[in-house]
Amino acid sequence: MPEQLLPTPSHTVGPFYGYALPFPEGGQVAPKGHPDQITLHGHVLDGEGDPIPDALLEFWQAAPDGSLKGAPGSMRRDPVTGGYLGRNGTDFTGFGRVATDADGHYALHTLPPGNAGPPYISVCVFARGLLHHLYTRAYLADGPQGADPLLDSLPPERRATLVAQPGERRTYRFDIRLQGEGETVFLEFQ
Amino acid sequence: MTLTQSDIDTEVNDLQNAYDKAVAGGAPVQHHPPRDYAPYRSSVLRHPKQPLVAVNGGDPETVELSGPVFGPTDITEIDNDLTVQHQGEPLGERITVSGRLLDRDGRPVRGQLIELWQANASGRYAHLRDQHPAPLDPNFTGVGRTLTDDQGRYFFRTIKPGAYPWRNHTNAWRPAHIHFSLFGSAFTQRLVTQMYFPNDPLFPYDPILRSVTDESARGRLVAQYNHDLSQPEFSLGYEWDIVLDGPSATWIEEGR
Ligand SMILES: [Fe+3]
Repeated sequence: MPEQLLPTPSHTVGPFYGYALPFPEGGQVAPKGHPDQITLHGHVLDGEGDPIPDALLEFWQAAPDGSLKGAPGSMRRDPVTGGYLGRNGTDFTGFGRVATDADGHYALHTLPPGNAGPPYISVCVFARGLLHHLYTRAYLADGPQGADPLLDSLPPERRATLVAQPGERRTYRFDIRLQGEGETVFLEFQ
Repeated sequence: MTLTQSDIDTEVNDLQNAYDKAVAGGAPVQHHPPRDYAPYRSSVLRHPKQPLVAVNGGDPETVELSGPVFGPTDITEIDNDLTVQHQGEPLGERITVSGRLLDRDGRPVRGQLIELWQANASGRYAHLRDQHPAPLDPNFTGVGRTLTDDQGRYFFRTIKPGAYPWRNHTNAWRPAHIHFSLFGSAFTQRLVTQMYFPNDPLFPYDPILRSVTDESARGRLVAQYNHDLSQPEFSLGYEWDIVLDGPSATWIEEGR
């Protein structure tokens, strides 16, 4: 076993990432107008149930065909103006980035993930006040079911925090509670 | 009740002593800050109280063992030079910041996106909510991006950010720092952090830096001045290597 380097510690994203990290169409992972588009949305809430207006969420998922290769072009740039061109409409990058709005709400427009087992979208949470980001997963309640080592290991009330419930017009509701009643299950990868 | 710097110092020192004592007694070294760190007031309602649930990464189909990729279309050529993004030269001390992006096995992370953002030389962000009454600089925004090269190297040209006050407690000042956002070969390796400058007198007073309770881990957030990186009659050079934590699919493929 080679000698392991020691990791660089995490720090909070702070309050002022807003002009650096979010980018136009960061939440539009599905090609615009795609008939299979789904919307994952919800609120990010603190330990008193108040919305968090300065959280940043990142999403990573398998393509509909199950591929985990991803593709460049999430934040495609215009070399003439330095502005953003939007995604190219053909490649599925698998990556989304959305800041919560003043109500602590977010929305991700994507395609259903095709990973092995019950389909899920991996979520990474950053926020002012959060010294180290948090991972969770949004499982689509009406997707193909089956054994899942994570879901199967959880008692029902905790498991429920990982399940995005279908609503009208192909939407799925997925709230993230950082603390307290109904606290979302957060993950540690080993 | 307004908290003073000495109230915060007491809390920080108590947590520091508790950590040092625990490690001396055989507890594991903590490379990352605890999410529950009261001296940083905003953390109080924003950390989970339940323990994290372990996901064993032994299954290569675990989605998080792969991760997003970026390419030349995701950046423009001047994104890594924060001094040429406007018509004039920004105010402040011009610096170059360079280093390598590595995983814990010491392997370079190649062709991956690094983003950074920072305050200007006066300690003010180009962000509407930053109302610190220091001047904005029309020639400096403070956002940069680059892709690492085949050795995992990155390079930015910018100006040294100023220290700035914040409202954690009375007379709270952040040491000068640059925010960094890093991707590895797996989503599990994602990192957002801050780079500091050597010998900043504000280090002992900053609850954000001190939230990393392990002294040697804290040291890894501080860049080194490198005279060979300094460009004659142009800029001072700082070197900072970044090591990403967390498992990845390549790690499993190679049977480590
Ligand atoms: Fe900052």
